[in-house]
Amino acid sequence: MESHELKRIDLIFSNYTTSKYKVLERTLQRDPDEIINELMDSGLKGRGNAGFPTGLKWKFARRNEAETHYVICNANESETGTFKDREILERVPRKVLSGMAICAYCTGARKGIIYLRQEYAYMMEHLQNELNIFHQHVKEFNFDFTVEIFLGSGSYVSGEESAMLDSIEGYRAEPRNKPPYPITKGLFDMPTVVNNVETFATAQVIFRIGAEEYSKLGTPLSPGSKLFTLSGDTPKPGIHELELGMTLQDFVKEFGDNNTKAVQVGGASGYCIPQKLFAETVIGFEGIPTGGSMILFNNSRSMYKVLHEYLRFFTEESCGLCTPCRIGTQQLLKGVEAVKKGERPVSYIDVLIKLALSMKSSAKCGLGQSVANPFISIIDNFKEEILY
Amino acid sequence: MEKYQVSLTINNIPVTVEEGSTVLDAARKVNLHIPTLCNHPDLKVAGNCRVCVVEIKGQKELSAACATPATEDMEVFTNSRRVRTARKNIVELLLSEHNADCTKCYRNGNCELQWLASEYRIGDHVFHDLVKEQEKIPDTSSWSLIKDDSKCIRCQRCVRTCNDLQDVGTFSVIKKGKRQKVSTFLSKPLKEVFCIDCGQCIVRCPTAALSEKANYEEVWDVLETGKHVVISTTPAVRAAIGEELGFEYNKHSDLKIVTALKLMGFNSVVDYGFFTDIYIVELCTEFLLRMKQAQANEGSAKMPLISSGSPGWVKYAAEKHPELAGNLSDCKSPHQIFGAVVKSFYADKKALDPKKIITVSVSPCTAAKAESANPKMEVNGLKDVDFTITTRELARMIRQSGIDIERLPETDYDNLTQIHSGASVLTELSGGTTEALIRTLYELITGNELTPELLKIMPLRGQNGIKETVMKFTDVRADWDFLEGKELRFAVVNGTGNAAKFFGTLPEKEYHFVEVMACAGGCIGGGGQPIPVSAELVKARSSILYSLDEINGVKKSHDNSALQDIFREFLKQPGSEKAKEILYKEVPKVN
Ligand SMILES: Cc1cc2nc3c(=O)[nH]c(=O)nc-3n(C[C@H](O)[C@H](O)[C@H](O)COP(=O)(O)O)c2cc1C
Ligand code: SF4
Repeated sequence: MESHELKRIDLIFSNYTTSKYKVLERTLQRDPDEIINELMDSGLKGRGNAGFPTGLKWKFARRNEAETHYVICNANESETGTFKDREILERVPRKVLSGMAICAYCTGARKGIIYLRQEYAYMMEHLQNELNIFHQHVKEFNFDFTVEIFLGSGSYVSGEESAMLDSIEGYRAEPRNKPPYPITKGLFDMPTVVNNVETFATAQVIFRIGAEEYSKLGTPLSPGSKLFTLSGDTPKPGIHELELGMTLQDFVKEFGDNNTKAVQVGGASGYCIPQKLFAETVIGFEGIPTGGSMILFNNSRSMYKVLHEYLRFFTEESCGLCTPCRIGTQQLLKGVEAVKKGERPVSYIDVLIKLALSMKSSAKCGLGQSVANPFISIIDNFKEEILY
Repeated sequence: MEKYQVSLTINNIPVTVEEGSTVLDAARKVNLHIPTLCNHPDLKVAGNCRVCVVEIKGQKELSAACATPATEDMEVFTNSRRVRTARKNIVELLLSEHNADCTKCYRNGNCELQWLASEYRIGDHVFHDLVKEQEKIPDTSSWSLIKDDSKCIRCQRCVRTCNDLQDVGTFSVIKKGKRQKVSTFLSKPLKEVFCIDCGQCIVRCPTAALSEKANYEEVWDVLETGKHVVISTTPAVRAAIGEELGFEYNKHSDLKIVTALKLMGFNSVVDYGFFTDIYIVELCTEFLLRMKQAQANEGSAKMPLISSGSPGWVKYAAEKHPELAGNLSDCKSPHQIFGAVVKSFYADKKALDPKKIITVSVSPCTAAKAESANPKMEVNGLKDVDFTITTRELARMIRQSGIDIERLPETDYDNLTQIHSGASVLTELSGGTTEALIRTLYELITGNELTPELLKIMPLRGQNGIKETVMKFTDVRADWDFLEGKELRFAVVNGTGNAAKFFGTLPEKEYHFVEVMACAGGCIGGGGQPIPVSAELVKARSSILYSLDEINGVKKSHDNSALQDIFREFLKQPGSEKAKEILYKEVPKVN
């Protein structure tokens, strides 16, 4: 593939009016079905990693009749190497609140919740002030909708949407059996839309500029732009808004330190892409999707240590509920350690890869299912480093 | 409302089930076995062990059969290569976290994990041993249970049993990841936290993570001391022990078990039913005295009278409903009455020194172990019951002694205790104590013969959580004229899980007697019974006891002639000073 210069986008943080909720006011005049159709036309997919089409999610929730509905903003942001949701909530909270309110308007929710990562508690005052202003506005718009902040239980898994529901209901954050999905039976058994912070903010952007304008960005399968959090061996760490559908080669050209040997796309639960695959790897739903975490590793890094750290992370952050994940993560960690030390034969790696695939197919939630992503991609591409 | 039917295929076999059924239900309908661990018919679906994973066409990942609703046109595969590999991995993982010293283990041979290990032919330990040394030290602090974390597979059946079924809440899950475990409040030893000793967790544990505090070795020892050892087995024990020993209960079983116990070296085998009849008559007396006193002086006696024969319930009430303390019956339970009467009346009659008598009670109940350790449970300074063992422990002793029960001849119970009423057998079933009480009460109050409906009070039978019946007495005897035309309300709370619901609404209705048993179904489903226990099995075992009542010619406790003898010769009359001394745990609140 030929190389391209990366275009910088500035939709999320720009055009922020601190005085009025104009986009919200305008959108609330429209027909809910028409709003949802526009969202579907924009092609927006969830920015929290799973990539479910947002318009469709709202549509399903709207269709499910119930006593009440809920809208939840997932601000648990615990994936390694990402802090874009924090920036959004700090800098443009009104976009998020607008997105939530429009969602509530479309689905029939009267109550919204921001599930805020515990480490972000310092933002509470700031957000509460924003909520006060927001509530004032929606009242003026004659719209009955209130938003509360729920401080998270402090674990990675509480970002998993059904575990989050349990956590809000006052239980241990543990993933539920699915189906039913939250859009059918969510918080207190009511249909519930859970979206990522950035998803709500992006929805606001779409209602401001229109689906047509928005979907001109990116590719047909991954329209639009998104925020990327860059860390690791890069001279330009931090948050960058970029078009989806770029190749990793273009990305590394722009952000690497000329010595990049691998990029971990999507954090601990994502994939490790080695240099030889940069040119053919597309960042987007047609290639490797990401919630935004991009970690660059240069030649000075030990991929064994990287893998070891991810596995250690999973042995701590698994909720412990299901067998494949609780025990599997521990065995993968002990296993690579043993092979490295020569206590187990090299062939034991194959046993571990099989195990990782079993975990992918049988774990209860996305956490256990995704351990195979870093595990297999790092081992496949950096076998020598892992084994010896 | 009629339910929709859905049709699907499992391993290409078509099956139709009601909407709302799971893939597991559907598989069972066509007799396809899918292994499970965390699933239990009495408990909410968990979906956390993952051994029941199956492949569903169109789904990227495997699905847990126990937690996935069957839907129209679904195509399920329960035994594909992918499924088998995942399942085998899961069993291997569980074993790596498990202290698999099977040959030393109490559940060896009756362990769901062991069965799976053999089904999947788990050979060498593929993975690292993750059992932590400190987990291998079991918590033995409780009178009734032992918790061994090194055997725990985190299926959380105990957690769901303790919280959802029993409403006790001793166990919960703490921490996450590799440190996640089932724990008590602040990880304290069991004896320091609230636990009612009911053992319902034990009978639902797939492995040996929870077991009873066994006392049978001490019983073997005492048989060699030359003391006079008297043993009693309850009807629930006898009805179920065949499940452990591989025979089906029949009308000869009881007396064959007597022979077995004699062969094992017990000096005397007494009939538990005899002591239960004493209990019923005494309970009836306590009830009437309370009624009378309440009538004479409003508020002086607390009504309703609430049964206290289930030690798990007594402990539950003390913690959760202290306001009911004055309502609880002061009578000892039949299990304690057995010990107390043996060490008094029986000793007298046999001219034995009570100090040289050892009483062994075989009980379906683990809480009975804690109960007999209570210092209040004594007679003339001696413990009522010296050793309490469960049905499972007795089965083990019988196996160890190499006895084949079915081939044995029959032997009668000790001559002092040979008779029991049909009513006595019912007391180990939910609602049965109330039925037995009503049989005696009715005749005492009216002097009339029981009507057939009163011999089978259907509203008090079955597995509903709360059961009720109302009785109206007419033509009462002179002593009880204040009961003329009065309606008496009886309620049965089936399992502590229903206690909160019932006692929460109590003030709205006036009840006169309430029976509560800690375990669903009554003692027949107790924590000391053969494993497994489920609502289904409880039903089957219960029908044995109901039929024992039906074939018994003596229907009512007070008609038991052996009981009449003991009252005539020894206890004088119900509620006498002697009776209070021996049959009550407290000085009765009402005289
Ligand atoms: C273990 C785990 C952790 C997750 N953490 C987050 C998170 O921190 N933030 C988030 O938006 N989504 C997270 N998700 C994804 C959510 O379950 C859910 O898909 C998402 O919030 C939906 O929003 P979206 O469609 O707008 O992306 C997590 C998923 C898993 C399995
Ligand atoms: S619990 Fe089962 S598998 Fe574990 S040691 Fe005991 S018998 Fe073996």
